[in-house]
Amino acid sequence: MADLAWFWCAAACVKVLLAPAYRSTDFEVHRHWLALTSSLPISQWYVDASSPWTLDYPPLFAYFEFLLSIPAAIVDPAIVDIRNLGYEAESVVLFQRLSVVFADLSLLVGAGLIARRLSGGKRRLVYALILWSPALIIVDHVHFQYNGLLLGVLLLSLALLTEGRDLEGGLAFAVLICSKHLFAVAAPVYFVYLLRHYCSGRGIWRDLGRFLKMGAVVGVVAAVSFGPFLYHGQMKQVFYRLFPFGRGLCHAYWAPNFWVFYIILDKFMAFFLRKLGYPVEIPSASFTGGLVGSSSPFAVLPQVTPAVSLVLVIVGMSPCLVRVWKKPEPRHVVRWVSYAYTCGFIFGWHVHEKASLHFVIPLAVIAADSLEDAGHYFLLATASCYSMFPLLFGPEEYPVKLLLLLIHSIIVLSSLSPFFSGKVSQEDVPTTTTAAVGPAGMWYLAGFAAVEVWGQLLHPLLLGDRLPFLPLMLVSTYCAFGMVYSWTWQLRRILAAG
Amino acid sequence: MGRRRKESPTAGEVEEERPPYFFGAASTSMVRILAVSLFALLVRVLVALGPYSGRRRPPMYGDYEAQRHWMEITIHTPPSEWYRNTSSNDLAYWGLDYPPLTAYQSYVHGRLFLQPFVPDSVALFLSRGFESSKSKLLMRWTVLSSDLLVFFPAALCFVFIYFGRRIRRGRGDGSVTHEWLLAMILLNPCLILIDHGHFQYNCISLGFMIGAVAAILSGRELLGSFLFCLSLNHKQMSAYYAPAFFAHLLGKCLRRHNPILSVMKLAIVVLATFVLMWWPYLYSLDAAREVLSRLAPFERGIYEDYVANFWCSTSTLIKWKMRFTVKSLKLFSLCATVISFLPSTVQQIKSPSNHGFLHALLNSSFSFYLFSYQVHEKSILLPLIPASLLALEEPTAFGWLTYHALFSMFPLLRRDGLTLQYGALLSLFGLIYRLPIEVHGRRRPRIPWKLQTVMALSSFSSALLHLVYLIVRPPRRYPFLFEALIMALCFAQFVILAIYSNIRQWTLRDASPGFPSEKKKI
Repeated sequence: MADLAWFWCAAACVKVLLAPAYRSTDFEVHRHWLALTSSLPISQWYVDASSPWTLDYPPLFAYFEFLLSIPAAIVDPAIVDIRNLGYEAESVVLFQRLSVVFADLSLLVGAGLIARRLSGGKRRLVYALILWSPALIIVDHVHFQYNGLLLGVLLLSLALLTEGRDLEGGLAFAVLICSKHLFAVAAPVYFVYLLRHYCSGRGIWRDLGRFLKMGAVVGVVAAVSFGPFLYHGQMKQVFYRLFPFGRGLCHAYWAPNFWVFYIILDKFMAFFLRKLGYPVEIPSASFTGGLVGSSSPFAVLPQVTPAVSLVLVIVGMSPCLVRVWKKPEPRHVVRWVSYAYTCGFIFGWHVHEKASLHFVIPLAVIAADSLEDAGHYFLLATASCYSMFPLLFGPEEYPVKLLLLLIHSIIVLSSLSPFFSGKVSQEDVPTTTTAAVGPAGMWYLAGFAAVEVWGQLLHPLLLGDRLPFLPLMLVSTYCAFGMVYSWTWQLRRILAAG
Repeated sequence: MGRRRKESPTAGEVEEERPPYFFGAASTSMVRILAVSLFALLVRVLVALGPYSGRRRPPMYGDYEAQRHWMEITIHTPPSEWYRNTSSNDLAYWGLDYPPLTAYQSYVHGRLFLQPFVPDSVALFLSRGFESSKSKLLMRWTVLSSDLLVFFPAALCFVFIYFGRRIRRGRGDGSVTHEWLLAMILLNPCLILIDHGHFQYNCISLGFMIGAVAAILSGRELLGSFLFCLSLNHKQMSAYYAPAFFAHLLGKCLRRHNPILSVMKLAIVVLATFVLMWWPYLYSLDAAREVLSRLAPFERGIYEDYVANFWCSTSTLIKWKMRFTVKSLKLFSLCATVISFLPSTVQQIKSPSNHGFLHALLNSSFSFYLFSYQVHEKSILLPLIPASLLALEEPTAFGWLTYHALFSMFPLLRRDGLTLQYGALLSLFGLIYRLPIEVHGRRRPRIPWKLQTVMALSSFSSALLHLVYLIVRPPRRYPFLFEALIMALCFAQFVILAIYSNIRQWTLRDASPGFPSEKKKI
C-alpha cells in the first residue's frame, strides 16, 4: 500500500509539473463541457451547439463533468460560463490540469487492486508501468484527456473478474462503457465470458437467475446514465452525437493500424497502374489533406464502410471468443480483453492513436508473467508511445516526450529481465528481455531512432518543405508494423494457451 | 491489502524471496544511475516549462533579463569594455557583476544559442526586455546544456569516487545507496528551481566545486585546485568554500615530505588559472581593479531583501543599516565570518580527512551565508550543496536543511510564479528522500523523541506559514510580516544546523561506508 501511494505521488509530481505545457484543443473541449453541464439543463446537453465541441461522450462522463463544474465554479465562475469560448486564464488551466491529476486516483485504485496478488518486485513493476506510462502521461497530462480515470475503471473491472467477482466486474464494465463508448469494443469478450463463467454450469434455473441478475445490474447502470435522455425523447440525438460516422475511416493523422497498409497499397497500385497506362483518377478526398469527407478516398481499392470494419473486428476477435466460450478461466481475462481492444484498434473505424492505451495499460499487468510477455510488452509499449509523439509537436515538449520514453524503456529493460534469470536451467534459453525481443525486434526498435532522425533532422534538411506529410506517414506506418505484429503475437499466445 | 496477502501466499510469492529490490531487479547500478540522471534531466526540463524571474515586469525585469543582457553586451563589445561604463554598455542597467568566466559563458551562449536563431533577442540596445517563446526556450536550453556539461558529470564523478570502484561491478546486496545519493545531489529542489525556474547558472560554479571536491578526494589535488579556481571565476560566491579548500589542501601538504614544494605547485596552478581567466584585464592595474570593484558591490548594503542570515534576522532588534556606517559594517561582518569559520579551518589543517573536508565546506559556507556582507537568499545554495554530498552520513540534518533552504526561498519563488513547481519539487524530494524501501542500513538513525517533538513543532509551524503566506494578506502596517517570520524561522534552523555541523566535524570518527581507501592515503 505504501508502495502504491509512493508511486502515485511521485507520478503526480511529474504530472503537476506538466501544467504549463502545451495543451491541445481537447482542453477547450473539456472546459466547454464543464460550462455546458453546469449552465444548461440536462435536456440541452446533447442538443446544444454553441461551440463546435459538442458533447460526444456518453452521459456518465457528462455527469462527471457536471460534478467537476461545481468546484470549478467556486475556483473561478468564468470557467463555467458557456459564452466564454476559448477561456484559458491561469485559473482554468490549473483547475483542469489538477482535475486530471486527481482523476488518476482511479488508476491508483485499479492498479492497486489488479496487482495486489503479485509478489513485491512484480507488483512495483506493474505500478511503475501503469502509473508512469509515458503514453498515458503524454495523452492525459500534456495533450489533455481523462484516459487515466477510465483506464482505472477498466483495470478495476479486470481485477474483479480475475478474482472471480463477476457481478462487480460486470458492473464496473457497464460504468466504463457508459462513460466512454469506445471501450465497448471488448463487450463481446465480456459478454461471452460472463455468460460462460457467471451464468452457466449451475443448473438451468440458477443460471437463468444469475443471467437476470447481471442483466439487471447492467440495466440499472444504463438506466441511470441514459434514463434522463430517454425521458426527454433524445435517444436518437444522443446516439447521433456519440457515433459520428461521417468522420471517415481514418483520423487526420493515421492511427498505426491495418488501414495504413490498405491506404499505402492503394497509393502504390494507383501509381503503378498509371505508369502502365491505365487511367486512374486521383480521388478528390485525400488522406493527407486532413479533411476526410464521405466520398471515397481510394483510387483503386474498394471503399471501406463502417460495416466492413465492424465485421473485420468481429472476425479478428472470433478465435478469442471461441477460446473464451470453451474454457472461461479468470486468469486469462486480462489477455482476452486486451486482445479484443487490439482487434478494435487494428481494424476499427476512425481509430485514434490514443486508443492503443486501451490494451497497452492492461497488458502491463501481465508483462512480467513470462519472458515472451516481457519482450512483447516492451516492443508494443515502445511502438504505442512513439505513435503518440506527433501529438506533441512543439519544441518545448520535445525533450519531455523523449525523456519519458527513454526512462520507461530503461525501467522495462532493466527490471523485467531479473524475474526470469536464475530460473532457467538450459543455457540456450534467453533470460533477458533483450534476448526475448530477439535480434529482429531489437533492429525494429533501433529503427524508431532512424524514423525520428529522419523526421526531425534529415527531412527538413534534404527535402525542406516538400512532402510535409511524409514524416508523419512514416511514423504511423512504422508503428503499424509493431502494432500488427503485437496483434498476431497476442492471437498466437491466446491460441497456444490451454 | 497487506493483510490479505499474508492469508494466501500464492506460488509466485514463495519463489521471490529476495532482498527488497526497487523493482525486484538486480540490474547493474550503471543502468539505474543512468535512469536517475535522465529523471533529473526530465525534472529540469519540466521546471523550465514554467515562468522565470521578472517575466513581463518592466523596466528592470529580473535575473533572466540580466543574463540575456550580458549575452547582448558580450557579443557586441570587446572584452575590455564588458565591465566599464561606455556608450554601448550602461552599467546601471544590469551591469556585469560576476567574474570573467561568467562573461565568457555569456558570450558563448549568446553566440551559439541566441544569435543564430533569434538575432533580435540579443541585438544591442534594441533587445532590452526582449521576451518571446522561442528565445525563452533557447535561454532555457543554455542552462540545461550547462547543467548537463558541468553539474551532471561532476555529481557522477563524486558518487563514483565516494563509493570507490565497487560501483562498477554489480553489487549483490540489491540496495540502491549509490542511486539514492546521486538522486539527492541531482534532484536538489533549490538548485533546480533557481537555475531552471528563476533563471541563473549556479549549476556551473557549483558543478565545478563538486568536481574540485571529487578530484581532491581522489588525490588529484592540482586538478581540484584548477576546478575550484574555475568555480571562483564563474561566481565570486564560491569564495564561501575557499577557507575549507585552503585548510584541507594546506593540511595535506603539511603532511608530505616536502610541504613547501607541494604548496608551491598548488599556488602555481591557482595563479596560472587566474591569469588565464583574467588575461583581457591584466594589461593594467586599473583595468583589473575596475573589474574587481564590479564584483564587490559594497554600496548595495549588508543584505538584500529578506535573507535568513544574522544581519537581516537581527535587524528587527538592531537597525544595522541605519546605526552603522558601511565601513564599520564591513569590519563587523568580516570579523564575524572569520571567527565563525576559523574552528573548522583549524580542524582541517590539524587533521585533514575526507569527511572532515566535506564538513568544512559546509561549515565555511554556512559562516559566510550567516555573517558575510551582501548575501542573497539564493546563497543558501552554497551550504546546501556540500550538505547534499554528506547526505548519506547526515541524512536527517541534510533533509532538514534542504527543507528550510527551500522554505527560505519561498517568497522569492512565489514572486516568480513558481509556486506550483515549488510544491511539486518539494514533494518529489520528500518522496525520494524517504523511499519506501531500505536504502541503507544506516540511513534511518534513531532520533531522540525530544528532538522529534521539536522538529515536529517546527515542521508544523512552517507548514502553517506556507499556507498563511499563500492565503492571508499581511496587515497594512507590516506588509512584510510573513517574510520576516519565514526568515526568522529559517535563520534559527540554520544556526542550529551550523553549530551541529561544526561539532560533528570536530568529533568525526572515520568509519563510514564511503572512501574505502581513506586510511591508506593519510
